[in-house]
Order: sequence, then C-alpha cells, then structure tokens
Amino acid sequence: MDHAHDTHTHEGHDHGHDAHAHHHEEPGFWTKYIFSEDHKMISRQFLLTAIFMGVLAMMMSIFFRLQLAWPGESFPILNYFLGDKWAPGGVMSPDMYLALVTIHGTIMVFFVLTGGLSGTFSNLLIPLQVGARDMASGFLNMLSYWFFFISSVIMFASLFIEDGPASAGWTIYPPLSALPQAIPGSGLGMTLWLVSMSLFVVSSLLGSLNYIVTVINLRTKGMTFTRLPLTVWAFLVTAILGVLSFPVLFSAVLLLIFDRSFGTSFYLSDIFISGQALEQTGGSPILFQHLFWFLGHPEVYIVLLPALGITSEIIATMSRKPIFGYRAMIGSILAIAFLSFIVWGHHMFVTGMNPFLGSVFVFTTLLIAIPSAVKAFNYITTLWKGNLIMSPAMLFAIGLVSTFVTGGVTGIILADSALDIPLHDTYFVVAHFHIVMGASAIFGMFAGVYHWFPRMFGRMMSNKLGYVHFWVTFIAVYGVFFPMHFIGLSGVPRRYYSNEAFAMFDNTHDLNVIITGFAIFGAIAQVVFVFNFFFSVYKGKRATQNPWNSNTLEWTAPVEHLHGNWPGSLPEVYRWPYDYSKPGKDEDFVPQNIPLSPGEVENH
Amino acid sequence: MIYIVILIGILAFWQLIKVYEYATIINGSKEETVSESDTRFNAKMMMVFCVAFFVFCIWNFWMYQDKLLPHAGSENGEDLDLLFNFNMVIIGFVFFVVNAVLFYFASKYYYRKDNKATFFAHSSKLEMIWTIVPAIVLTVIIIYGLKVWNHITAPINEKESIQMELYAQQFAWTARYGGKDNVLGKTNYRLIADNNPLALVAEDPNAGDDKLVKGEFHIPIGKMVQFKLRSRDVIHSAFMPHFRAQMNCVPGMETEMHFVPKYTTAQMREMTKNPKFNYILLCNKICGAAHYNMQMDIIVESKEDYNKWLATKKTFSESLTAEPVATTEPAKEEMKKDTAITATVEEVKVEEKK
Ligand code: HEM
Ligand SMILES: [Cu+2]
Ligand SMILES: [Cu+2]
Repeated sequence: MDHAHDTHTHEGHDHGHDAHAHHHEEPGFWTKYIFSEDHKMISRQFLLTAIFMGVLAMMMSIFFRLQLAWPGESFPILNYFLGDKWAPGGVMSPDMYLALVTIHGTIMVFFVLTGGLSGTFSNLLIPLQVGARDMASGFLNMLSYWFFFISSVIMFASLFIEDGPASAGWTIYPPLSALPQAIPGSGLGMTLWLVSMSLFVVSSLLGSLNYIVTVINLRTKGMTFTRLPLTVWAFLVTAILGVLSFPVLFSAVLLLIFDRSFGTSFYLSDIFISGQALEQTGGSPILFQHLFWFLGHPEVYIVLLPALGITSEIIATMSRKPIFGYRAMIGSILAIAFLSFIVWGHHMFVTGMNPFLGSVFVFTTLLIAIPSAVKAFNYITTLWKGNLIMSPAMLFAIGLVSTFVTGGVTGIILADSALDIPLHDTYFVVAHFHIVMGASAIFGMFAGVYHWFPRMFGRMMSNKLGYVHFWVTFIAVYGVFFPMHFIGLSGVPRRYYSNEAFAMFDNTHDLNVIITGFAIFGAIAQVVFVFNFFFSVYKGKRATQNPWNSNTLEWTAPVEHLHGNWPGSLPEVYRWPYDYSKPGKDEDFVPQNIPLSPGEVENH
Repeated sequence: MIYIVILIGILAFWQLIKVYEYATIINGSKEETVSESDTRFNAKMMMVFCVAFFVFCIWNFWMYQDKLLPHAGSENGEDLDLLFNFNMVIIGFVFFVVNAVLFYFASKYYYRKDNKATFFAHSSKLEMIWTIVPAIVLTVIIIYGLKVWNHITAPINEKESIQMELYAQQFAWTARYGGKDNVLGKTNYRLIADNNPLALVAEDPNAGDDKLVKGEFHIPIGKMVQFKLRSRDVIHSAFMPHFRAQMNCVPGMETEMHFVPKYTTAQMREMTKNPKFNYILLCNKICGAAHYNMQMDIIVESKEDYNKWLATKKTFSESLTAEPVATTEPAKEEMKKDTAITATVEEVKVEEKK
C-alpha cells in the first residue's frame, strides 16, 4: 500500500504508553460496526443517519411544494405516501401540510445540519487533525451517536401516529404547541417531538463536551492553538456554542412538557378554547420565545460554523494557497460566536417587545455582519492568484461563499427592526435563511463528504457525477430561493397552506410554479449524489493516502482505518497547516509534520 | 403509471452506472485526482453561471417590481419603503459586486501545471479596509433604520386617536370600536359567551357603547388609529401588508400598533388601476389548520362615510339583549368569508365552484 513508502511515516517506533494501536484484538461485528467506540466509525454512522433523514426531509419539501404550486390538485403520489386520511383523493390536508413543514424544518435544522454535520465531521476530523488516537472518551462518543439514533427513530416514528406528527412549526411556539385542542399535531405528536428533542440535546451535549476536551487536551506535540486547522477551530467553537445554548432549549422544552402534562402555566395565560376557559393564568408565551431563540440564534451558527471551517480548509487546499488572514478568520469565528448570544431578540421585533430593547437588538445583530463580511472577503482573497483545482468539493466550497454572501445581505434588511415589521414571517425570511443557513451549510456538508470520502471509506467518489450534482444543485438552490424574496415582498406569509384565499397574492402564483419546478430539478440531483455515494463505497477507485496533496495530519495516517489512527507514534507538528506554494519549496505543499528546513521561518 | 416510473428509474440507474464506470476509467488513467480538462471546464462554467444568474436576478426584478405590494397606504409605510429602497441599493451593490468578483476569480485562476500560486497569507491593510468600510456603512444603516423605527413606535396621544381593538381567534377576526367615549371597555376571558364573544365586562361603564364588527371594518383617512390586539386561544399576528403594519396577538397580554391611513380605498383602487383592490388584515403567525384563511377587509374612507357606517352598527349593550354578534346582519360577502374560515378544504372548493 501507499503508506509503506510514505516518507512522513515515522520509522522509529517508540513504544510509548499512548501507543495502544499495538494491541491487536480483532473486534467482532457488534463492537466494530454497531457499538463502536472508534471515532471514524461513529462519524460514518452519523453520516449515514443524516443522509437517511435528509432524503426524508427533502421528500417532504417536494410534497408541500406540489401543494403550493398547484393547490387543490390531485397527486396520486401524495395519496400513495400520505394515505387516505392525510391526502384524500391525492390532495394534502391543511393539517398534514403544517405537519410536513414542521418535521421538514426540524429534521433539516437539527438532524441533518446539527447532528449530521457536526457529528460526522467533528468526529472524523478532530482526532485526526489534532493528532490524537481517538476522542477523549470513546464511550461517551458512542453514547452520543446512540442518543442521536434513538432520537431520530422517535422523530421518524411520530410520522406514523394517528393524529399526525407535531405541526406547530419547527419553532413550536406555545400555546399552539401546548394545546391538542388547537391542532391535532399537538397531541401525541408533540409529545414525541419533545421527547425526541430532549434526547437530541443529550446527544449533542455528550458530543460537544467530548470535542472540546479532545481539542484542548489531546493535541499532539507541537500542535499549538495557532497551528490548528480552521476546521478544528470551527468545530471547537461550535461545540462551545452547543454546550452553552442547548441546555436552554432543554429547559424551554421541559417547561413546555410541564404545561402540557401537569397543568402548570409557564407559557399559558387566559386562554379560551373549544368552548372552555382554561385555568392557567399568569404565564407568558413570550417567555418561550426568549428561551427558544436564546438557543435558536446560536443554533444557526452551530449549523453554519462547521460548514465555514470545512470551506476554509478546502478552499486553501484546492487553491494551493494559504488561507488569507488565518488569525482574522479565528478572530471572526470568536466574534460571531460571542455576538450570536446577544442577538436573539431580532426574531421577536413584533411580539410587543419594548421598542428600545428592539433597538439594542438591531445594533448587536448588525454588528455580526462585520465578522461575517471579513470571512467572505478572506475567502475571495484566498482564490485570488491561486492555482485552483476544481474538485467537486472545491465547487461546493465556492458555492458556499456565494450563498453566504447572497443570504447574508438580506439579513441586513431583516435586522433593521423597522423593515422587519412588514417582512417578519413572510417568504422573504424563508428565502433569507434558506440561502444563508440552509444552502450554505448543506454545501459545506457536501464539500466535506466529497473531500474526506477517501479518508472515510478509502475510495474516491466519481468526479463527473459530482460535477453534475453540484451544478444542478447550485442552479436549483438559486432557482428556488431567489424568487422567493419577491413572494415575500408581495406580502405572502410563510406557513400558508394555500394562497388562494387572497386575490392580492394571485400574481405570485407563476413564481410558485417556477420554484416547485426548480425544487424537483434539484431533488433529482440528490439521487445522483446518493448513488455516487453508495456505489463509490463499494466500487470507487481506491484512494491514495493523500489524494489532494493536503497539509493536515489526517492525510499522514494510512488509508485503512486503524484503531488508534497511526501505526507507530503520533506525528509531531512543526508548522501551521497552510504552507501551500511556499516560496523556496519544490512541492506546492508542506505537511504539518515536516520540520522547518534550516533558515526557514514559520510565517503567518 | 407506477410501472413507467419504475422503468424510468431502472433505466436511469443503469445509465448512472455506465457514466460512473466510464468516468472512473478516464480518471483512473491519469495521475492527478482531478484532470486538468475537468478543472478548466468547471472554471469556465463559473463565469457562465455568473452571467446566467445575474440575468435571472435582473429578470426577477424586472418582472416582479410592479407585482409587489403597491404603494404604501400609510405615512409610516411610505417612510419604510424609502428606508427599504435605501438598504436595497446598498445590499444590491454588495451582492452584485462580491458575487461577480468571486466567480471571476474562480474562473480566472484555475490550475495550470506550470503555474504557482502566490504565497499571500495576510495583509493588515486589506483586513483593516474590509473591517472598517462595512462598519461605516452599517453605522449609516443602523442610524437611519432606528430613526424610522423610533418614529413608528413612538407613543401617541391615545385620546386623540381612534381606539380600536382587533381580536383574534381560530380562525377569525373581530374588530371592536371604543364607541362614543372612545375608550375600550375592560375584558375578562372567563366571560366569553355566545352573546359576548370578546369577553367584555358588562358592568364596566366604558364597555356598553363599544361596537363589535366582523367581515370588514372601516377607518377614516388622515386620522391616527390605534389598534389594541388580543387573542383568545393561540398566538396570531395582525398583519396589514398595505399599511406595512404588523403586531402579534398574544393570549394573556395586550399589544398595540398604530398608523395614519393616507389613501382611501377608492384612491388606492385608482392608483393601482385595480377596481377590486381592498386593504386586507390577515393572520401571519401559524395558528392552526385554517391559518391560511383568516382575513378581514379594511375600508378606508372619508370621515363622514366612516361615521355613517359606524352609526349603523349595534353597540355591545344593544347586542346583549339581541342575538349573538356573530350573526348580526351578515352581508353576502361576509357570509362567504365566515364559512370559508371554518370550512375544510373540500368545502372551500365547493364554495369556489359556485
Ligand atoms: C450568517 C449566517 C446566518 C444564518 C445561519 C441565519 C439564519 C436565520 C434563520 C434560520 C432565520 C429564520 C428564523 C425563523 O424561523 O423565523 C433567520 C432570520 C433572521 N435573520 Fe438570519 N441568519 C444568518 C445571517 C444573518 C445576518 C448576517 C443577519 C443580519 C445582519 C441576520 C438577521 C436575521 C433576522 C433579523 C432574522 C429574523 C427575521 C424575522 O423573523 O422576520 N441573519 N436567520
Ligand atoms: Cu437569529
Ligand atoms: Cu391566526
């Protein structure tokens, strides 16, 4: 194999106490594939689960896009999947519409872009890139996956219960989410949602704590914080955000469970429903929103930062150039992370909050635009005068920069409290966050899969199919979400089952048809991806050890997965990870484990 | 039908395998992981995409600029539209320039074997520029935005404005006027009954002259109207897109918004060249199955017409002795809407066919 004549492998095996790669007990099927404690296997488990959930959520979006483009028309496929109860005669019912929107959002935000993205790449890359044998605690890491798995199973199961799954929107604002009288989905469906999300929080905390400890404690010799790849920086900060914000979601959920089941009134007050005045008084539905968005806004960066980290790594490697402004990139990650905790009120400008408080949130929110802008400009400068290799991963990374900019600028409009008045909860918001968060994070995830597939599965994916996948997806993303701004500017609210009740929305109808067309087009491209993925796992070309000529440590480990990652001792680090095309070097890359040559300065 | 789909599926799958094998063989024969021709092709595509994307964006602007919300119907709304256009110019500029530069670089600097990338790791000057310039632009945006925001949300003299309430419930609106004394009577949610849908406290001296209306409500031009907002069950949101006004209706608390209507319904019909134009109140917070159909028409008219219309409405104390408010004098239009509100999909469709 390749690594045999790899110059970077250390010759002298020092049998240090950490070299537990050496005791060769063959793990059995169960410990190897199911209850594995190996970070590389756990990473693959996360990825597979996320792909399954992602396909599910994408199918849902096609279903409700059909209804939006051709409201009231009969589609046999809807009847086939949803049954006579939810789609009688092939027409989706309003309750089912809201249920699909809710579960689509929940799965995409939490299961694909949080659990899936961080779970896959933090797990795969943190130990390999900092030069560790595994996560700090393999056992907790395994638990993290299995909580995620159970949580996914419960969310999936909630689709099949009699009253339908949760349907109050992914933000589950009470009282709607608290009262089964208000909407059928707030019965057993919402209970399952709450249970599932509670387990999800447990999974996320176990994972995040592990990531933090691993980065802080298990860095190999020479791997200082200013030599960490930006991926690891992004994963570390993401994990910190998660640890600080997910418990708040958990408390919000817990109080909601109390209101629903034990008659408390944290969120409920003065409600009259189904001919009956409820006993609860004194609570406030607004309290829930504060708690929810205290998680919710950091959550959008929990989703986005790993994607940005992955992009930094890929853009630098494939441009054969150091990332521009390494320290500024770290600084902006930290600034974004800090600010993300004090902007949550921008989701609540029209809840009746004190206008002065609103002004404060306008200020903090717009501050975030500065570090975001720095990141975008730094990516673009990295491309300048580079030597760009257009692998599918690189294409997705460039696509991410584009969607990040396009979606970011509309955030400036929404952050202006005055402008949010007529735009809040319209399709303008849907367009904004799908481009800036949805598309960017998904692009980051695809980029990561294409780039580290050889590291995960020891084989290459097909580039050609990757190109088809990228271009169709990129076209579809803008085809779907760019026109959506105009629907929002026409005043169309989100979460409407149909716009036909309002004559004033008639002139947006043709846009809705265009959007659904692009959505279906984009969905087909994902079939290509899924095929490419699974076919390559078995039939792909065998990978070499360092197929992209990259500098980071994960490519110094052998192609086959070893428990403990490196066969001899751990690699040592002598330089930052971005010595691409360094003047005076023959090769256009110098891996981190190559010592400085005499007289060479470590400049960055 | 199903069989055709399956057949196409199998064909597509087979085709994919073909492409896959073909592509791997080509790639396999080369040294590089990505062939130079692939890189060149995709770099060129970046520019093609950029042009096509911009054309698509401009086409969107072109096609839809006059299909968006018409000219604002309130003074605040006009201020907001100005602010919006101001911000749009800035972000539009950033959007086009930054995307153009990105795609241009991506297509220009593609890999060539004999090329070497420039080792350019950082530049304090450049980084300062793109920290400070956005900061200055954002300062302008913040100051202008907050000025408009403060103006719109500034407290008003309640006595000099028309006092109204918008009451939300699944899935309908009721409007209430303060009546002769222009003061809204107190409420208590336990008092809801068929003849007291808004839970007014009958003993409150301010409540008796309040007037409740459904289906549509009227407001006079050029006068400040203050809306107090309440909800019976879940959160709703009172959204009047033409006035650029919105505020949530939250059970257990009262919220508020206000504006001065600037054009009558008749004037707007002329301005939009749409004889059917109506100001609309709709619900903009997910509230249940018929969330998508929770509306009320708003008529803006002269002070005289408004007074005339209001005089025909029963006061709360009158209605207490009569039938439930919900069924008083339903005009044909209103009837249709009220049924649609509670109707299931099928019923709505039947309605439409009639
Ligand atoms: C950079 C990454 C960003 C992500 C991932 C993101 C994500 C999101 C999401 C998910 C929502 C939807 C909330 C809902 O369900 O209603 C949202 C709304 C919003 N975003 Fe962003 N956003 C980002 C950038 C920005 C920026 C740069 C700004 C402002 C400068 C901004 C301002 C807002 C505001 C004010 C809203 C609330 C709008 C409303 O509810 O009407 N966002 N964003
Ligand atoms: Cu936010
Ligand atoms: Cu409503």
